[in-house]
Amino acid sequence: MLKHLALTAASVTALTMALSAPLVSTAHAQAKEQFFPVLSYRTGAYAPNGTPFANGYVDYLKMLNARDGGVGGVKITYEECETGYATDRGVECYERLKGKGPTGAAVFHTLSTGITFALTDKSFTDKIPIITAGYGRADSVDGQVFKWNFPLGGTYWGAADMLIQHVGKKEGGVDKLKGKKIALVYHDSPYGKEPIALLQERAKMHGYELSLLPVTHPGVEQKATWLQIRQNRPDYVFLWGWGVMNGTALKEAVAVGYPRDKMYGVWWAGAEPDVRPAGDGAKGYNALTFMAPAGQGKVHQDVLKHVHDKGQGTGPKAEVGEVLYNRGLVAAMMSVEGVKRAQTKHGKKPLTGEQVQWGLENLALDQKALAALGFAGYADNISTSCVDHEGGSVAKIHTWDGNKWVVGAEQYTADQQIIKPMIKASAVKYAAEKKVAARDCAKELASK
Amino acid sequence: MFYRENGQFKSTYREDQQILGIRQDRWFIFGLIAFALLVVPYWGSDYMFRAILIPFLIVSLAAIGLNLLVGYCGQISLGHAAFMAIGAYAAYNIVVHFPGLNFIVVLVLAGLVSALVGILFGLPSLQIKGLYLGVATLAAQFFVDWVFARVKWFTNYSSSGGVSTAPVEMFGWTIDTPMEKYVFILVVVMVFTLMAKNLVRGHIGRSWMAMRDMDVAAEVIGIRPMYAKLTAFAVSAFYAGVAGAMWGFLHLGSWEPAAFSINFSLNLLFMIIIGGMGSILGSFIGAAFIVLLPLALSQALPLLNNLGLKVDTAMASHLEFMIFGALIVFFLIVEPLGIARLWAVAKEKLRLWPFPH
Repeated sequence: MLKHLALTAASVTALTMALSAPLVSTAHAQAKEQFFPVLSYRTGAYAPNGTPFANGYVDYLKMLNARDGGVGGVKITYEECETGYATDRGVECYERLKGKGPTGAAVFHTLSTGITFALTDKSFTDKIPIITAGYGRADSVDGQVFKWNFPLGGTYWGAADMLIQHVGKKEGGVDKLKGKKIALVYHDSPYGKEPIALLQERAKMHGYELSLLPVTHPGVEQKATWLQIRQNRPDYVFLWGWGVMNGTALKEAVAVGYPRDKMYGVWWAGAEPDVRPAGDGAKGYNALTFMAPAGQGKVHQDVLKHVHDKGQGTGPKAEVGEVLYNRGLVAAMMSVEGVKRAQTKHGKKPLTGEQVQWGLENLALDQKALAALGFAGYADNISTSCVDHEGGSVAKIHTWDGNKWVVGAEQYTADQQIIKPMIKASAVKYAAEKKVAARDCAKELASK
Repeated sequence: MFYRENGQFKSTYREDQQILGIRQDRWFIFGLIAFALLVVPYWGSDYMFRAILIPFLIVSLAAIGLNLLVGYCGQISLGHAAFMAIGAYAAYNIVVHFPGLNFIVVLVLAGLVSALVGILFGLPSLQIKGLYLGVATLAAQFFVDWVFARVKWFTNYSSSGGVSTAPVEMFGWTIDTPMEKYVFILVVVMVFTLMAKNLVRGHIGRSWMAMRDMDVAAEVIGIRPMYAKLTAFAVSAFYAGVAGAMWGFLHLGSWEPAAFSINFSLNLLFMIIIGGMGSILGSFIGAAFIVLLPLALSQALPLLNNLGLKVDTAMASHLEFMIFGALIVFFLIVEPLGIARLWAVAKEKLRLWPFPH
């Protein structure tokens, strides 16, 4: 028994040591480094999608260090923390990483709507910006309430809006949608539920019939859902899935004989890991693109040259240029550009989250600037302001031909006339619930 | 040598009945409380509070609740996170419809709502026992998950199905820093622990234990099974409800039904099995084991990189699961009655040390 006691004592000591470690590590020397936290998930049901994104994100940071020696002469450091897509672990990772580096974390990408919701509350006191490029809370576009959230490049309300525009166009005008049936097959979480509000709003305008079909986490059990689709035969199916759910949905669609070319995925349901498990069955399936479609541009050459050719690649080389990998690159580019913009105001030194917030709020990336970064054709314009934290939202539709994604010609823009009032109403409700004092953007501009 | 009660005589009933009968225990516990209340708030970091202490304390409270039901009354519940969810959503709705209500009142009301539902789902226990009851309580989990995901009224018609809460206020004090939250939760947990301890050594706790050990015999000596079982369900659900409300308001801030999933229920069950069934201390130890060990592992494993081993985050995460699982098996083999029992054995040894014979 004494042996056991000794063992227990030893494990307790180890535990206390491990717990006190983060306290010690905060006392860093003032190095000229900018710290980028990386919340990732390489395990669990969403790992097939989380891994390429994380690899792209980290590869871009590695490439900048190798090619330019960091950002504006400040070396980039980063640390990954595995969230497993779970909110509580995400919050723990955030707490663990937010104080690292000489000035603390520059900016967080949560890569999960649930984690975004939890961290948004904390952002007001911690003063660290959160980029949710193409996900997160749709209402956080309103920078007057959500000072620290940046849903750069698009929200789910925008995405749903573009899909309705697209199917409307296919029918020969959105007014032709009257009486049509649209089914939303969604991940039963805040992520999947976000678009519902907009789809219902549009349903009121155009008179289509919306049916909501939730799929519970992780989404491998969808027989009942697709049985309903077989019975109702909706004209279109919108797929709002993530991870294994997407591949399963496509296989079930094959099983019940629902035409894949009537299926439209959000941009998180339109990458290689989603369609490959379904094999040939995925042919004809459509999804939105977000910023970068699949393929390689100048930035990829740099990544290959400075990272992969030196054997420093985070993931397999073949993955460079895949949809989610590219999205990781773009996400990293957004973080770094935010820091770069902030450096123009605060100087080329390690910046705090609060300083980076200004940079993100004053981004002006047009095609010329993006081309200079090597992102020509792999990112859309972003220009943010105090009022608008989205900075523009455009997307195309791409179709899986069995081997690769083929990008359609038509480009869609979210109809702000519908979305703006919804954002305003939702943000005001949030501010009231949370007792957040809204900023006055006009005043802030005037005082500068 | 240091831990023996020689010379400590009890001359009144009052002294004989005190919770901590041995002076050394008393010093230790009072010292611990003083440390937790007076030293930790000044010394702890945000990470310490938000990622470690707050979840640990709240989950401990829920584990105490479950332990009252499973460890003391012998009724298995596989869906205890559902009662936490009920507490959380009840508190949310109370705050939405009666803004400005004192948070302590909200907590108690949320606990009461949860207790009512607990009684409802405890009804099958009057007819069925053991594993069958376990399966019946699983219904609570799925039913509650479904209700909060589908019935919009509970989430105040939020578009995403998640709810978010305002900072907690009471007596003009806004609890918004992690340190304040910690202190508040600590006080609540202390009060409820004391209540639990007194419940289980009083009349009602004894009737629960009699039910647990042999229900027929208990009935013969005059314990009403319905009363004993349903009070256990009610009290247990009350604890879970209070814990759930604090989990939602003070830990998460905004949440969705998935925050109280079946995994959470199973984790609670693991906590009391590993910590010790029928032991209040065991609830705390079990909660510490389940909440803190994975965090410690995920922090410690990447340190292996310094030794020249290549451990990336995915590898660390897999290793974490493996080591964690192995440790659970290890502790169950070494001490099937839980770590609390290990502690009790250690105390016995300490009394004799260093001269066992």
